[in-house]
Formats: sequence, structure tokens, C-alpha cells
Amino acid sequence: MRYLPQTDADRRAMLATIGVPDIDALFVDVPKGKLVADTHGLPHGQGEIAVERHMGRLAAKNVAAGSVPFFVGAGAYRHHVPASVDHLIQRSEFLTSYTPYQPEISQGTLQTLFEFQTQVALLTGMEVANGGMYDGSTSTAEAVLMARRVTGRSKAVLSGGLHPHYRDVTETVSRMSDGALDVMPPAPTGAEDIIARIDDETACVVVQSPTFFGHLVDLRPIAEACHARGALLVAVVTEAVSFGALESPGAQGADIVAAEGQSFGNPLTFGGPYVGLLATRDKFIRQLPGRLTGETVDAAGERGFVLTLSTREQHIRREKATSNICTSSGLCALAFSIHLTLLGSAGLTKLAAINHANAVRLSEVLATVKGVRILNETFFNEFTIRVPGNAAEIVEKLAARGVLGGVPVSRLEPDRPDLADLIIVAATELTTADDRSRFAAALAEVL
Amino acid sequence: MLNTAERTRETQPAPVSGEDVEAVGKARGIRNEEPLIFEIGRAEVSGVDLPEPETVTSRLGGLARKAELGLPGLSEPEALRHYVRLSKQNYAIDINTYPLGSCTMKHNARLNEKMARLPGFGDIHPLQPLSTVEGAVEMMQELSHWLMALTGMEAIALSPKAGAHGELCGMMAIKAALDARGEGETRTTVLAPASAHGTNPATAAVLGYRIETIPARADGTVDPEAVKAKLGPHVAAIMLTNPNTCGLFEPDIMAIADAVHAAGAFFYCDGANLNAILGKVRPGELGVDAMHINLHKTLSTPHGGGGPGSGPVVLSATLAPYAPVPFIRMEAGAPVLVEEAAHARDGEQPFGRMTAFHGQMGMYVRALTYLLSHGEDGIRHASETAVLNANYVRAGLRDVMTQPFGDKICMHEAIFDDRFLEPHGVSTLDFAKAMIDEGYHPMTMYFPLVVHGALLIEPTESESKEALDRFIATMRGLTARVKAGEAASFKTAPHFAPRRRLDETRAARQPKLRWKPAG
Repeated sequence: MRYLPQTDADRRAMLATIGVPDIDALFVDVPKGKLVADTHGLPHGQGEIAVERHMGRLAAKNVAAGSVPFFVGAGAYRHHVPASVDHLIQRSEFLTSYTPYQPEISQGTLQTLFEFQTQVALLTGMEVANGGMYDGSTSTAEAVLMARRVTGRSKAVLSGGLHPHYRDVTETVSRMSDGALDVMPPAPTGAEDIIARIDDETACVVVQSPTFFGHLVDLRPIAEACHARGALLVAVVTEAVSFGALESPGAQGADIVAAEGQSFGNPLTFGGPYVGLLATRDKFIRQLPGRLTGETVDAAGERGFVLTLSTREQHIRREKATSNICTSSGLCALAFSIHLTLLGSAGLTKLAAINHANAVRLSEVLATVKGVRILNETFFNEFTIRVPGNAAEIVEKLAARGVLGGVPVSRLEPDRPDLADLIIVAATELTTADDRSRFAAALAEVL
Repeated sequence: MLNTAERTRETQPAPVSGEDVEAVGKARGIRNEEPLIFEIGRAEVSGVDLPEPETVTSRLGGLARKAELGLPGLSEPEALRHYVRLSKQNYAIDINTYPLGSCTMKHNARLNEKMARLPGFGDIHPLQPLSTVEGAVEMMQELSHWLMALTGMEAIALSPKAGAHGELCGMMAIKAALDARGEGETRTTVLAPASAHGTNPATAAVLGYRIETIPARADGTVDPEAVKAKLGPHVAAIMLTNPNTCGLFEPDIMAIADAVHAAGAFFYCDGANLNAILGKVRPGELGVDAMHINLHKTLSTPHGGGGPGSGPVVLSATLAPYAPVPFIRMEAGAPVLVEEAAHARDGEQPFGRMTAFHGQMGMYVRALTYLLSHGEDGIRHASETAVLNANYVRAGLRDVMTQPFGDKICMHEAIFDDRFLEPHGVSTLDFAKAMIDEGYHPMTMYFPLVVHGALLIEPTESESKEALDRFIATMRGLTARVKAGEAASFKTAPHFAPRRRLDETRAARQPKLRWKPAG
């Protein structure tokens, strides 16, 4: 086997050194009769040629986003990743290193994490950010748990604009940990009165902007209402490129920002691995879960970076930790950070403007299709359309015509027949004018 | 133009002797110091050329950004240098043996990376029509089949994002099963041995469980009688790592499982050390109800400086109905991805959802590629070799280091305590830092907590005999220095790393967690 260096002679010599007759003598503590004597019905190993052929066959059964006009978003977005990003994250020193517990030989990872934390804080308009979570949905659930610890209250109010998967993940954790939730119904038109739901038991209000349906929410009045009642505002963002165009959640008064970072540096990959962002105010640092990198000096007085405030974490505090998280999304955070470093302020501002312009153009061309109604007054790079008929069937028909034309809301809200005629469509810098007209033409055909 | 004599001139170095030379700047040969991007980048510079956006009527409402982003940009060559220079300050498996116990730093095959980047896997959206991703679902089903067959378990939840997330998923399934039995309110305690990973008690605490600790037996394993003494109608589950964190296979695991089941509780197995037994032992035959599999340990998906991981959970028949969405159901021989609880059928009672979308697809591709490459024969061979290598290291060091539980065979990792260090005034930390000077990443230190000054060494199957011999020789050399009374040099180690010991107290007391502009 090409990954196992020992020869038979090596193994014999090693067994002799250890002082046992054969390999199974090393498994002496396994209960009698429990050493596997069969093949599990599984095949033998194969060389690269055969494995590549097998995996290639499976991959070829899927329609790659880049091969068709593509308008699917709803929490994961197809953006262009500069070639150097993937090259750099495959450097052995980044790819094959562990969590930087030995800082003297991990400054590469630690400095890039420190830079990542700073970039996330700048984007979100917050004072401090951690080194990344699994993804946006788990960041959101952790933000709710954090708000409960900070306020000593239980109830979280979830906006109807929150991504249904994020809602379900938060609901699952809440139910399992006996936290109270007030879940507002889906808000496809963007209208909801969330402020009316805030009371003196409210730990936090969770508002996504742009919403799942693409609407932009002015967070300022919600933040004010939260703060007046001693509650926290958790702002959720699933499309990180929007930070380049929109006033930051921090500037609008958010106390915690939970976001999905996939849009920078990370390919779609059917939903993961991605990287969750979690940022907050300095005063809440001790309740922030996840890894934190801090600046310090070494014994020679040189600047260096270390993992810090680990008394919040499970390996030190065990059952008293702020979270059970251990492995997070290091390499995805690095990809995020490199992409953002390549963009800089100028590049990100432009990228966001292109995304918005392409979405506006898309809305204009879709509005000309008979029977299609656009539900959004405001949006960044995705919005919701109402179609005359079953959205899921229409999206299937579009796929049969070689257009991946958005996400039918019923895919995530199967219990809501009133939402069965809605499709969420997204445009990015990769969407061309030709893609848009092919989408409109195909849609006109299938309606 | 140089003349021929100059072009062919070879250097003839003078012999080195006791020199004390400092470079003008901070670079040391090809090792460069690198500032932060915030110190070298400029807001107007970009390494990405984009077309001008079309002029459109804004739909941003009144929410367009007014404040500066303040993000520095680097051109592509500057960015490459920044990250390549930083990368050179990192240790990595590809550089040398990475004996970090419990973390399983095995070789990361590059074929796995290549397969994950096929457009049919890397460039597909989690919510594009299922009719356009049949190969992806088939791939997930194939991985599921391998994992269930190898572990002898009935069902699988693929979606947890990492090991601790898998623990949470498994414990949620247990909680759901107890709720369904009407015992959710009464079974409020989770048992865990003192040697458990910190994630075990932390996970149980997230779910509101009280944690009771089972002390370790003198031989480092769990005594079934100690478990029995703690069992009762208030116990929901035991969380047990096997092989355990001392690198030992729990010899009484079946008696423990029987006692747990007899008391109406569940057996959660922390699968962090599955790499010692995969292909050799099926945990399902030991009485396990739920176990996570760290794809980033056992199945070699890269650790990436702290993730991404992936922690699928295999479940027993009792827990199978409670697997969260999404899960795969076989219909007429074809796998179907069930994404919403609304689509559950009789016998399917998903407890909820762990994450957006379908979990760590990119890690599934790498893990399946690993499994296909090894085959069942290679998997067994890998586990055997991991155990062989750990015992070879143990045998090579047992006369110069001290073993906490006597001279006994271990599984995939060898554990030592600090009795060989203490009389000489050297701590486990000092010894670890001295290993850095010798070109090695230290072993895991001070874990598990039940061993004083623990040094936990996991070589993995990726190391050749020659590499192990070099490692053993280095460790023996260091122990000889300890015994020779050279404690002082250990106290100041490392001397040759990119940084000397860092002031962690200062970092925690005056947290500086981001760059801020001066003034």
C-alpha cells in the first residue's frame, strides 16, 4: 500500500524489538472472538488510476455550477476564487499542520488567524472576532447560547427572515438545551414586527440581513429596542460579499454578528466545509466561544502570537466551557483571509458593486417574463420571485433545459404550501448577460 | 558579462568556530520575518482585477455602506510572499514526524485533494436540484456503506462538522430516544472517565446533563464495578473513549456496555482513537450505541491548522430512527437524500438538524478516496501498523522514560509520565520544547489528566522504521541530557525555532485579539 512505508522485514524486526510473536499479540486486550476475521464485504485497495476513475465517474453524474447558467444562492454562493488562494492553502505547512498549540513552530497559522480575526472585525464593524466556527448556521446557534450566558435570560426571538436551516439548527440546540425560543413565521415580503416580540425575558433577537428572501433590514431600530429591554441583537449574514456594499451590522448596533464566510475563498462543495464568522463587542469576550489568537512577545522580546483565553475552552474547562467546539475551520478561514487580502477595500467594494448590479439587471430581465413577480423592494445580490405554479416543478423544468434557476422555497419549507410558488434567485460576479437572458427565456418557456 | 573564471568560481568556506554574528535585519538566511497585512497592505491596492460594474439604480435602500472598510490589499506577488513566508514558520506532517497523541497526524494523500477539487464535487451547490447531484448523493451513500460496514453499526448521520459536533449529535440522538421512552426528565446524568477528552463533559453540559466522573483504575482502564456503582435510573449515558486516551484498549468494554444497557442507559463511544482498530474490531459488536468518526484523524482528511474536520456518527438500531436530517434513505436500490423532517416516514423520527445543508462534502470525498485507496486490506494494515509503530517507540524508550501503567502493550499511542524528568528539575513542557530544537513537533503534553505530566506519543502508520529509529534516538539523546543535569538548556528551549517561548500569561491578561491602527 503506497501510503504505508514498512516492509515485511521491517515489521518482523519491530515485532522482535517489542518482544511479541505477531501483530495480533498487540491486540491482546480485544475481547475474545472480536478480532475481525472477515473482509466486511469490502473491496481491496486500489491504485490512483482506478480510484480516480471511480471518483471521476461519480463526479461526472453531477452538473457543475460552472457548466450552466447558474442562479442558486440561499446561503451558499458561487463566487470566483483567485487562483493563488487554492495554491496557497495547499502549502504543506498550512494543509498538514495541527491546531497551533505549540506557538514557537506555528506562527504561520497563528499570524494568519490574527489577521483573519481583524478582517472579520473590520467587515462586521465589531470590536473582536474569533478564529472561526464550523459554518454560519452553527455560528448562529452559538451566538444564541452566548447571548443567554451574557444576559442570564433564556428566550431568543428568531426573525422570519432567518435562513430556515439556521433556524432549524438553532431550534435543535435550543430544544435540546431547554432554551426558550420565539420563532416568527417566514417573511417572504420582508414585513414583520419583530420589535413587538421583545420583552424583559428576551436574551436576544436574531435578525438576518440580507434576509433569506433577500430583503435588507434596517437593524438600527431593532438594536435600539433590544437595548432598551436589556436584550442583545444578533445579526446574521449568509452572503459575506454584502459587507462590501452595506452598512455593517456593528455600525447599526448589533451586539453579536454570526455569518457564513464561504463567499470568500471557499468553493461551493455541496455545502461544506465552510467557515462560520462570529464577532462581538470587547465586553463579551469571556463569553465568546471558539479559538482566539492574541498578540504577545517571546522570551527574546519579539512579537508573536498565541492561542489565548483558553480558560473558556473545553480542553481546560471541560463541563464549564463556553462551548464544546474543538476542531473548527482553520483552512477555510485561511482561504477566506487570503481572498480578502487579495481584494482589499478597493477590490471588495468593486466586487460587491458588481454583484449588486448583476442582481439588479437580473431582476429587470426576470420582471419582463410574463407571470413573474419580484417580491423585493430592496436586495443585495439575491431576491425572491413569485411564479404562477409550483416553484419546485418549475426549477426542475429549468434544470432540464440546462439552467439552474434558483432555489424553490418549498425545498426548505415543505410544510408551508403558501410559499410553494416562490423561488430565490441569486446573481454574482460570475453571472453574465447571456446567462440572464437564457434564464429569462427558459423561464418564459416553462411557465 | 562575467568572465568564465568568475562564473565558475566556487566558494571555499573558512571553518566555522565560535563566531557570534548578527544579521543586519531580522531575516535569518531563508527564514524571513513577516509583518502583518495591516502593516504592508494599502486600501487602494488589489490583487484581483475586476471589470467595472454596470451603472444601475441601487436597490440597497438607505443601507449602502458609508464607513470605510479599512481592509488592506496586496498585489498578487506581495500576497504570495506574505503567505509563503508565514507558512515557513509552521511545522507540518510533510516536514517530519508529528507525534501528537490523540490527534492522529497521519499522511494526507494528495489524491484526496485532487478528487475533492473535481468540478462535479467542488463546484456543486447544496441546493441545486437533486436530479443534478445524483453522483454526490451516491458518493455519500458509498462512504456511509464503508463506515457502517467497518464499524458494524446500523445507521449513520453524516452531517456533523467535526468530532465534538459528532459527540453533540450522538448525545442528542440519545436524548431523543430517552424522551421517546418518557425518561428524558429523569435521566439527567452522564458518566465519563477522568481520562476523557474535554469535549465529552463539555458536550454533555451543552445538553444540560450533570457529569459524574469515573476514576481510572491503577492500570489506566475503566473498572466495570466503578461504572456499576454510578449507574442508576438517573443515568442517561456513559461517554467512553476506546481505545482510551491512555492508548489502551478497554479490556472490560463489553462488561461495561452490558451494565450500562442493563441500567437502561446508552453507551456513547468517543471514536477519536478509532484509527487503532478500524478493520480489526467492529465497535458495533462491543455494545456501542453511538460513535463519531473523526474523518480528519482516522481517514486522513487534512487538519489544516485546526480544521475543517468532519464527524459522522454511526448509530445502533435503537438510535437509528432519531438520526438528524439530512439522512440518506435507500429507495428501490437508489439513495435518496431526505432533507426535511416533513419527509420522514414511519420509523424515522429525526431529532432535528445539526448544520445548514449536508455537512462536510469536501471531507467525504477525501475520506472515500482514502478508503478506496486502502481497501479493507489496507485499512486493517494501517491500523496494525499504527499500533506496531506506537509499541516500537514504546519499546525503544521504555528503559529511559517512565510508563505510568507498567511495561504493557499499548494501542496506537504510547504514554509516559514525568517521573524520569522530575528528579532532574525538567518539566514535561521543558522536554517538549527541547524536542522542537531537535526538529520535532512535541508529543501531546499533560493529557490525559490522569497521568502526571503526561507525554502522549502517537507516531501513526505513516512513519517508516527509519523515521522511528531517528525519533527514538533523538528522544534517548534528550533523556541522556536530562540525566546529565543539563536542565538549564531545557528551561530556555526552544532555541532554534522562529520564536522563543511566548508569554501566554501576558496574552491572556492583556488580550490583544486584533490589529488596531496606531494612536
